[in-house]
Amino acid sequence: MLLLLLALLPVAMGEYYVNLGSQILIFAVFAASINLLLGYGGLPTLGHAAYLGVSAYLSALVALKLGLGHALGALLALAGTVAMAALFGLIALRATGLGFLMLTLALSQVLWGTAYRWVSLTDGDNGLRGLTRPFGLDGAMPFYYFVLAVTAGSIWFMARYVASPLGAALKGTRDQPRRMAALGHHVWMVRWITFIYAGFWGGVSGLLFVYYHKYIHPVSLSLANSAEGLLAVIAGGSGTLAGPLVGAAIVMLLKNYVSAYIERWNMLLGFVFVFIVIFMPEGVVPGVKRLWRRFTSKG
Amino acid sequence: MAALHVQGLKKAFGGLPAINDVTLEVAAGERRLIIGPNGAGKTTLFNLITGDLTPNAGSISVLGEDITRLLPHRRAHRGLARTYQIITLFPRDTLEHNIALALLGLTKARWDVFRGFSKHFYEDAKQVLGRVGLDHLAQRPVSELAYGEKRRVEIAMALAQKPRVLLLDEPLAGLSREERASIKQLIASIPRDTTVVLIEHDMDTALDLADRITVLHYGRVIVEGTRAEVVADPKTREVYLGH
Repeated sequence: MLLLLLALLPVAMGEYYVNLGSQILIFAVFAASINLLLGYGGLPTLGHAAYLGVSAYLSALVALKLGLGHALGALLALAGTVAMAALFGLIALRATGLGFLMLTLALSQVLWGTAYRWVSLTDGDNGLRGLTRPFGLDGAMPFYYFVLAVTAGSIWFMARYVASPLGAALKGTRDQPRRMAALGHHVWMVRWITFIYAGFWGGVSGLLFVYYHKYIHPVSLSLANSAEGLLAVIAGGSGTLAGPLVGAAIVMLLKNYVSAYIERWNMLLGFVFVFIVIFMPEGVVPGVKRLWRRFTSKG
Repeated sequence: MAALHVQGLKKAFGGLPAINDVTLEVAAGERRLIIGPNGAGKTTLFNLITGDLTPNAGSISVLGEDITRLLPHRRAHRGLARTYQIITLFPRDTLEHNIALALLGLTKARWDVFRGFSKHFYEDAKQVLGRVGLDHLAQRPVSELAYGEKRRVEIAMALAQKPRVLLLDEPLAGLSREERASIKQLIASIPRDTTVVLIEHDMDTALDLADRITVLHYGRVIVEGTRAEVVADPKTREVYLGH
C-alpha cells in the first residue's frame, strides 16, 4: 500500500517535490543499510558515508577516466565498495560498541581526507562534474520511478536478510553475543557478513546519489553525512523496517525543504531530534505505534 | 575415555590466581557436582572449559579431543553446552525463538539468507520446550516469564543442543523449595549419554544428583570422591563450617 502511495505521489506533485521524493528514497536506502548494522547487529557505525561516497566516486571515475558505460560502471563501483567493506570490516570488527564506532569513523575520515587531497584523481574541493544518468533518465518523473524501483528492491532484500536464519542469528549476536557463541554461532563471522552486506547497500545508495546529482563532492564522505544517516535511523526507529524510511523523510525534509525558510536548519533538526528522544526514545515508528495502542485502548 | 578432562589448568586475574592447577576427569555419563564457597573459581572453571576465557596454562579435552585452543562456538560443535548462573536469554523474543536459535547454531542453515527463519525450527523448538514443561508458553516473550520458568528455558536451550557434555552453572540458584525439586527432577531425567557437570554453591542442595563430588577452594581441588567420602572428609567441613 505504501508502495502504491509512493508510486502515485509524483502525479499530484510539482517537479520540486518529485525531486525531493527521489532524494528521500535515496537517503532511505542509505539509512536502511546503516540500520542493518545499528538496529539488527547492535553495531553503531559512524562511518557509513564511506560506502555511499566510494561507490559514487568509483562510478564517476569509471565514467570520466575510463569512459565505460553505466552497467559496467555500476558493477565496478559495487565490486570496489564490497571489497572495501570486507577490508574495513576486518579492522572495525576488532571492536564492538564505542570502539567500533571510533574505528568506522576513523576509516571514513581517511577516505574523506583522501578525496579532498588527491586532486589529480578527485579534483578535490571542486568535486567531479560532467556525469550522466543511466537510461537517459533526465526527467524528474522517470528518475523518481527508477529510484522507487531500486529502493523497493533494496528494502525487500534487506528485509529478507533480517528475516532469514542468518538475520535471526544477527539479532541474537546483538542481544547475547556470549550465549550465541555457546550455541555454536560464529559471532564474528555473522557480523562481518552483515558489515559487507550493509556496505553493499550503502554502495547502491551511492550509485543512486551520484545519478541524481550528476556530481560528487568530498562532503558525501564526511562525518556529517554518516551522522545524518545514523540520526535518521535512530529518529525513525532502529531495528524496524519502516524506521529508516520515516527517519530519512524527516531528515531530508528538514534539510531540503525547511532550510529554504530557516537558515539554521541544523538547529531545527537538533530540536526535532531532542523532541523524538524525549517523547519516543525508541524512534518515531515504534513510538507512534505505542501511542496509538494507548490511545485506542483508552477509547 | 573421559568425557571431560581438565589437566593442570591455571588462570590468574592480575596476578591473583582464580584457578590454580586444577585437574579434573569426568567419565562419560557421570554426574559430577562441583561445590565451593563464593570466589572458589567455579564459574571461572566453566568459562575456561567453554572458551569464554583462555587459560594461562593447562589443557582441556572433551571426549578425547583437545579443545584448549578452540573458539567457543567450535567447542559447541564438539558437543559442549552450558547454562549461566546469571540468566542469559533473549528477553524480547518468544520462548520458541530462543530455543530455535539454539537449534540453529548447530546446523548448516545458520548461514542461510534465502529462506525465512521460523516454521521448521519453531516446531522442533516446541518439542524441546515440552521436555521442560513449557510448550504451552511457546509464543510468549521470555521477559514475561517468572524467574523459575526462565531457569527452565536456560536448561531447555542447552538440551536443544543435544550436548555430549553439559555444564550447569548453579541451576537451582534463587529458586523456591518446590521449584528446586522440579528442576532437580528435570536434571535427573537427562539421559545418561549426556555427561553432566553441575556447579552449586551450597553443600546440600544438589548432593543427591551427583555420582561424584569435587570441592573447589581458592582455585584448587581440595577434596574429590563419592558423596560419602566427600561429606566425611574433614577438609570439606573446614571449608563449609569455618576454621
